[in-house]
Amino acid sequence: MSEMQRKYLDFEKPLEEIEKNISELREIKKRKNVDNQLQITQLQQLFREKTKEIYANLTAWQKVQVARHPQRPRTSDYIDGLIEQFYEFHGDRIHGDDPAIIAGIGKFRSKSVAIIGHQKGKDTEENIKRNFGMAHPEGYRKALRIMKIAEKFSFPVVTLVDTPGAHPHIEAEERNQALAIASNIYQMSEIQTPIIVIIIGEGGSGGALGIGVGDKIAMLEFSIYSVISPEGCASILWKDQKAVKEASEALKLTAPELLKLGLIDEIIKEPSGGAHSQSQEMIRTLGDYIEKNIAELSSIEINALLEKRYEKYRNMGFYKIENQEIL
Amino acid sequence: MIFRHRKRYIPITPKEAPDIKKDLWQKCPDCNKLIYEGKLKENFKICPHCGYHFRLTTKEWINLIVEPGTFEELDANIVSVDPLEFKGPKTYKEKLEEERKRTGLNEALVYGRAMIGKTPSVLSILDSNFIMGSMGSVVGEKFVRACELAMVEKKPIVSICGGGGGARMYEGLISLMQMVKTSQVVGKLKKTKTLYISVLTDPTMGGVAASFAFLADILIAEPKALIGFAGPRVIEQTIKQKLPHGFQRSEFLYQHGMLDQVVPRSNLKQTLTKILTIFAPSQ
Repeated sequence: MSEMQRKYLDFEKPLEEIEKNISELREIKKRKNVDNQLQITQLQQLFREKTKEIYANLTAWQKVQVARHPQRPRTSDYIDGLIEQFYEFHGDRIHGDDPAIIAGIGKFRSKSVAIIGHQKGKDTEENIKRNFGMAHPEGYRKALRIMKIAEKFSFPVVTLVDTPGAHPHIEAEERNQALAIASNIYQMSEIQTPIIVIIIGEGGSGGALGIGVGDKIAMLEFSIYSVISPEGCASILWKDQKAVKEASEALKLTAPELLKLGLIDEIIKEPSGGAHSQSQEMIRTLGDYIEKNIAELSSIEINALLEKRYEKYRNMGFYKIENQEIL
Repeated sequence: MIFRHRKRYIPITPKEAPDIKKDLWQKCPDCNKLIYEGKLKENFKICPHCGYHFRLTTKEWINLIVEPGTFEELDANIVSVDPLEFKGPKTYKEKLEEERKRTGLNEALVYGRAMIGKTPSVLSILDSNFIMGSMGSVVGEKFVRACELAMVEKKPIVSICGGGGGARMYEGLISLMQMVKTSQVVGKLKKTKTLYISVLTDPTMGGVAASFAFLADILIAEPKALIGFAGPRVIEQTIKQKLPHGFQRSEFLYQHGMLDQVVPRSNLKQTLTKILTIFAPSQ
């Protein structure tokens, strides 16, 4: 992504200012042949420092905005950047093909893998085609079909989660959205091959979980994962759509908070200005994470791996028996 | 005639006047007609005009399908904590306190041993009166324990499910993970050949529908129950039009092949008894 077209979020305004100044200086340099390189370098340095400062102090709601950034790398970017000879599968063999989920196989650093992810669009046109990454039951069934193929040939499965949620629509209900998600959750708990789940942007509730059960659950540093959107939570509990900041805080939907709660295994570091600021770097980092974890999970005997997967979820929850707090 | 004397007041202890009007009539939420409460109770809490099944409490469910005196509750002392220290207009602790007082329940899910007909069974009831029957850590844990008990004691499990709230917001992502916890145990039920019957009642939505509620061997629903994944209001906002009448109701699901049967409450015990008998090991 070239810096020229970068879209700035509200809280990134200081960065936009600096960038504007830099381009003006460059323009002057070009037109009047003035040597202002020192100034430019200083401003570039300032840009980096300011970026670091802003991104070190993001609020929950700001992270929601970063996670939803229109220029954030998508599933297709990671596939393009990491998978060689990608072969995409289509259709659930029952009703249709769902472009909101991409599912296929290919070579990842010389190993065969299956890769499945929600696909948000990069522009309005693609967003309409991809339904903003909101899957229908067909999408979940296609995903499961590809996981079964991966299981048959012992390919590790990597899923990339990036969705506002499953599609809330009449047709989706008619074709049993609830069962499509329930089946995937259940079957993923038993698929006999390693599964790595990475939340790359927005982990929207059941729609995310429909491809989100696995041995390793990682989140990109500024991604979010939540039981309900901040907007939904705000309107139900606060009776006010505008209470999104409060809702984002209350829901504890950021990566560090979820790691602390023991619901995810690892946080994958993003470039200092977020994944969208340097997508190539992000793609490499994600690739390294996948490589490391495939190696680790592949070394575990499959039954032991499944038992571990089961136990992990069996133990999730906080409750109290009489006066004794138990995890 | 003029009498001049001091007025005498007789002190009386105020007695609570019997409130004749209150609670005597109920309005059907489906057809809006008024129903005499006594009539409603006689009729399994089914609206005599339109057949809408009023929501039952846990106690009423037990009375409806369990042989008298055979229900033995387990793990009633597992209670919710506030893992997120949820800060909303109401805190989670306040909400829990309020719901406990209102419903007399400790949590939304109650389970235990029960005789259904002649079959010793495990019965789990998710009560939609307690925070909309939403699933948090306790609901997840207790449902899994109910399944584990069924497996150990080689009994079928019957789940009555009114989970209108889906995953419980107050527990954030922890509640979403209960979907995995309660779904994966279904695989164990399969391996141990444990029968799992799910009775869906009004309402069963979201994370509850999209996990354990829909994964049973046999799926039964009460008439006119609201069942689905996305809430009707959310769908209306998305499609920007009114939903057709009967959408996401049991009959709609049945027509679309998602249920085995829609069973009126008056026949539920009989139906469960029949199914349990078929699956019971032959003598």
